[in-house]
Amino acid sequence: MQVDRAKEIVILSGKGGTGKTTLAASLSKLIPYKVIVDADVDASDLFILLKPDPLRQNKFKGGSIASIDTKKCIQCGECEKKCRFNAISKNTEGNFIVDPYKCEGCEFCTYVCPVNAIKMNPQIVGNWYVSETSFGTMVHARLIPGAENSGNLVALVKREAQLIANKKGLKSIIVDGPPGIGCPVISSLSGAALALIVTEPTLSGIHDLDRILSTCKQFNVNAKIIINKADINQSNTEKIQQFANKNGLEIMGKIPFDRCVVKNLSKNLTPIDSDNCGDVKEEIKKISNDILRYLSE
Amino acid sequence: MWISVASGKGGTGKTTVAVSLALSNKNTIYVDADVEEPNGFLFIKPVIKEEFSYTELIPLIHQNKCTFCGKCADACVYKAIAILKPVKKAIFFPELCHSCGLCSFVCPVEDAIEEVPKEKGRIRKGEKNGQLFIEGILNVGEASGTPLIRGMKKYIPHDKDVIIDSSPGTSCPVVESVGDTDFVLLVTEPTPFGLNDLKLAIEMVREMKLSFGIIVNKHEEGNNLIRDYAREEKITVLGEIPFSREIAEAYSKGIPVVDVLPDGKKFFVNIMEKIRKGVNASG
Repeated sequence: MQVDRAKEIVILSGKGGTGKTTLAASLSKLIPYKVIVDADVDASDLFILLKPDPLRQNKFKGGSIASIDTKKCIQCGECEKKCRFNAISKNTEGNFIVDPYKCEGCEFCTYVCPVNAIKMNPQIVGNWYVSETSFGTMVHARLIPGAENSGNLVALVKREAQLIANKKGLKSIIVDGPPGIGCPVISSLSGAALALIVTEPTLSGIHDLDRILSTCKQFNVNAKIIINKADINQSNTEKIQQFANKNGLEIMGKIPFDRCVVKNLSKNLTPIDSDNCGDVKEEIKKISNDILRYLSE
Repeated sequence: MWISVASGKGGTGKTTVAVSLALSNKNTIYVDADVEEPNGFLFIKPVIKEEFSYTELIPLIHQNKCTFCGKCADACVYKAIAILKPVKKAIFFPELCHSCGLCSFVCPVEDAIEEVPKEKGRIRKGEKNGQLFIEGILNVGEASGTPLIRGMKKYIPHDKDVIIDSSPGTSCPVVESVGDTDFVLLVTEPTPFGLNDLKLAIEMVREMKLSFGIIVNKHEEGNNLIRDYAREEKITVLGEIPFSREIAEAYSKGIPVVDVLPDGKKFFVNIMEKIRKGVNASG
């Protein structure tokens, strides 16, 4: 039997700090009947605005890291030669050691060690949580700073969100995504129904918008654009508009620059939580209504 | 001396700070290691003198020689190879491959797995009015920028003052960007997001045993969120850049903060000196 997948709406940006999390929190408060996911697992901030109450905490196992038993090691140097990540070197005492930050866990060294002096050690590289918020169930995670496997962790929290949505009969999932275009972003896009790209009218914003849109295209996910701080550079906003028109992309909203947004954030509030953010609030509500319409199609 | 500029949170002003630091101090090299979204060139506007492709080896499985024994698939911890024995087919998933070379090593048949170069991105070197510039650009669709950053570092001289602009976050590409540097300059902003992600970044650099200091961007009088935290944690705040629409508008046009701040150059020369003293003192 085919199980209906909840529609994943993923908020991305390419460039960091354009307002993904603020928008994700606002939409989470405005859109009913959904599961919330924070997929920015190495700098997750959505919890600050949604104040989740953790129900379940789970450990996340990443890859393994090699370690060399110096007592068994005969200093042949085969492991160092084969390691393509330059993770093995001689320390000042003349012993071969593994740099845990460089080791990618491929196990090549264990294959070439003639005396079985190398062991692989599984790493717990993060935690993931299922939590309740006033606005719905939230699945989020925390990767240990400096750890690898963020893409796998993103896949895991999204899978869990689908299971919860399925169990509760919820039709949509709002995903606050990571910046960039690399593995956690690709993982966030996998299986998504729609990507909302939050950009800003700066040269950096435009450059990064182009790259994230190409990424969405490559992984066959429809994208719509939201311009944040739209009035900070009208001519750049115009350029984004023309770019969107040329490529048949929809601009879902233009949110103005207003200091009230930062003021509210300082109190852990979104722009829609107070009446001092009039224009910003109106625009976000308009975007939210458009998404609701999209979800009901 | 190598200085990396990182942040945890995105959009705090890493690039404008890194570029400003490079432009204010003579004979520095600016290196853009935010290979997923490199933006430094928009501010430095370099003339590109050299551009080359960065490749990594990936396996090419010759189906006519493969015996479908499955040894490569069993050995690959990234699950980048699947062998379908019943239909005699080997499938390779390039986005999962880490280019470790183990598959070709364990393959018992000669030449069944050939290692071939695949372009992961490009490295560009340039210059503008004496300011040297290096950047890495990850190809769209590539999963990991880490190898490209590692490859790019080979082109950075060790006897120069180098400013490495990192990507946001605290995961593998950031670890690669800040690793081997003498000092990590963490750019943050006085918001709950800024503070939360600053704490994560500090956890990372402490774990890596690197020297570091903070620059507070978008500082507003009366908001002491970061100052108070830094005092408690005994972390040096090297400078504060005010919150201003003027700086934001200049940034939107590709003008770095050093050209907008009154006495901007002095501000960044001063920060460089503080870092140099700190690095020299810690030996």
